[in-house]
Amino acid sequence: MLEIKNLHASIEGKEILKGIDLHVKAGEIHAIMGPNGSGKSTLAAAIAGRDIVEITEGEIIYIGENLKDMNPEERARKGLFLGFQYPVEIPGVSIVNFMKTAINENRKFKGLEPISASEFLKLMNEKQELVGLHSKLTNRSVNEGFSGGEKKRNEIFQMAMLEPLLAILDETDSGLDIDAMKIVANGVNKLKRSDNATILITHYQRLLDFVIPDFVHVLYKGRIVKSSGKELALELEEKGYEWIEEEV
Amino acid sequence: MNLLTSDTVIKQQIIDQFEKHADELNKGSGSQINRFRKQALNDFNRLGIPTTKNENYRYTPVDRFLHGNYDLELLANPFRINLEDVFKCNIPELDTDVLLILNGFYYGSERQLNLPDGVIICSLNEASQRYPDIFNAHYSKYADTATDGLVAMNTLFARDGIFVYLPEDTELNRPLQIINLTYSFNNLRITRRNLVVAGKNAKAGIVICDHSLCEQSYHINSLSEICLGDHAHIDYARIQNENNLSAQINNVFVNQQANSHFNSHIITLHAGLSRNNFYVKLRDPYCECNLYGLFLCDGNQHVANYTLMNHDSPNCLSNQLFKGILDDEATGTFNGKIFVRQDAQKTRAYQRNNNILLSSSAKMNSKPHLEIYADDVKCSHGATTGQLDNEALFYMRTRGIGVNEARHLLMYAFANEIVSEISVDVLRERIIELIDKRLRGELSRCNNCDIHCIP
Ligand SMILES: Nc1ncnc2c1ncn2[C@@H]1O[C@H](COP(=O)(O)OP(=O)(O)O)[C@@H](O)[C@H]1O
Ligand SMILES: [Mg+2]
Repeated sequence: MLEIKNLHASIEGKEILKGIDLHVKAGEIHAIMGPNGSGKSTLAAAIAGRDIVEITEGEIIYIGENLKDMNPEERARKGLFLGFQYPVEIPGVSIVNFMKTAINENRKFKGLEPISASEFLKLMNEKQELVGLHSKLTNRSVNEGFSGGEKKRNEIFQMAMLEPLLAILDETDSGLDIDAMKIVANGVNKLKRSDNATILITHYQRLLDFVIPDFVHVLYKGRIVKSSGKELALELEEKGYEWIEEEV
Repeated sequence: MNLLTSDTVIKQQIIDQFEKHADELNKGSGSQINRFRKQALNDFNRLGIPTTKNENYRYTPVDRFLHGNYDLELLANPFRINLEDVFKCNIPELDTDVLLILNGFYYGSERQLNLPDGVIICSLNEASQRYPDIFNAHYSKYADTATDGLVAMNTLFARDGIFVYLPEDTELNRPLQIINLTYSFNNLRITRRNLVVAGKNAKAGIVICDHSLCEQSYHINSLSEICLGDHAHIDYARIQNENNLSAQINNVFVNQQANSHFNSHIITLHAGLSRNNFYVKLRDPYCECNLYGLFLCDGNQHVANYTLMNHDSPNCLSNQLFKGILDDEATGTFNGKIFVRQDAQKTRAYQRNNNILLSSSAKMNSKPHLEIYADDVKCSHGATTGQLDNEALFYMRTRGIGVNEARHLLMYAFANEIVSEISVDVLRERIIELIDKRLRGELSRCNNCDIHCIP
């Protein structure tokens, strides 16, 4: 589903990703861990198509297509989803309006008619319940004045609404208490199917108690320095990132 | 014609035009209108057309729009235009009482007005003759011809417009909708003069639509005096949608007595040049005044909003919020002043101006200004000019929302802060639709009305 080959990327001329290889197949959950500043969010941004991330070498192939010249909305319409580490506040745009526009833009791409009001309402209710997003919030502006936990829940809610093929969740667990984290994990688990895949970016092992990854990768200074099964997460938790540093 | 002298040339052209037509002007209107012309001529002669050397007009090149040959409209409807033929609107949606003004002259009512007892709504010229007592107590009492050459010019050429009088304790059953139409075969200079007097405890909603029915270049000098008695309440909304060769100067003088409440929304969708000047006098204690403005401009358009909020008395509240979206080479200005007199204690006065520039060649000049002589006050002002939020655009695009739609959502949200304050539901919805169209570039001004805001 996703094949990243020797990816080098820079921001403002500074090289952040220095040769990344990553293969994700349908049905898999991958965890990417690593200390702050190692390039996890930059990798996510490169996959989602953020313009400030300049790809200088290598390629990203998603469902058989090179993403090089594909704009972010087209990637999204083809099933890519990015849960932001720092969800953006959009004053004046309500969640309802935002989601309705998103759903309809996705439907238009697939040649479908706009969603009916009642269908949309039903979908909203169903997914709100799934992630425990308070219905009060959906009439408010996107993320504006939301608590950290509400913002993260809103990301999972949007993922549930859009049902992506490949979801990349960038530290969706950080800043959450155990209960909130369970809800996020629950959302991920419930949406898991044999034809979709998830990349969880996290820097604690905690989330991985609730979502069991098939692979764990350690990103360090722009390179994946270790890849293994779920036991790697535990080892990291025990020994800390200094251990990686020594190993490298 | 060099730049240094062009404003004096324009001034002389205008004075010559007045002198040539003074007899016709005086013959056509009541003596209570005519008697102000002499003073207006003196003031106009002294002040002339404001140039960019005038601090208040520094960024508004009025003279650029006023030179050239413009005919005066001296008679009501000289071509005997039947408005029903040229101006069709078939969606009866707004529940309002409609009045039409053609080239500055009262044209009449679209249907029989059903007014509460004592309420007078008629042509200004007619009112000057039929109701001299009310008329004389207010006409030209708030609009001082010495303040601005364009105010003097309006008083100099005043012929007609709308007169609204609401006696004590009256309330309009539904909003009054005034549709200002311009229709001409040649370049015109149009003068409109309105007077609104709301007695004690009176209440009214007034909606004004400015439309072009032609593609000629014209210049409108419009002036309204609005006087609110104790506890009076007026909601005033104005939608400007003129052709892009037009220049409109719109002066609004508001005089508020104790506990009165004035709300204004001015929405500028299209205009060549649109300059709105608000002079508000909070004469007595416990008044409230809210001025909101939204303008969307592109091409070579210029939109300017000027306010002078005079807090003359204690315990008054004023809010000003003006927002603009500018594209292409468009330019805009906001020049707002809050003036708090020494004895106007417990004043609360707020002002904000936010603008979005969609192109690198659009320009906005914002000049908020506070002058405060009282010490126990709460005042604030602020101005921002920026681009659409790139982070927000990217966020939306990662949800599959196309870049154009994402931009539209952001602009729309920006505009909605103003529109959501409009209290008349149907009007608000109508304006939301118009703005939506305008932002999508689907609303272009031409000689047929695609607005359908009129029953
Ligand atoms: N917008 C940006 N402008 C400049 N540098 C950036 C920007 N975003 C990230 N970086 C730099 O890229 C590096 C990797 O950051 P990031 O991908 O956010 O790491 P992580 O998500 O692993 O904490 C850091 O050195 C950071 O300073
Ligand atoms: Mg990060």
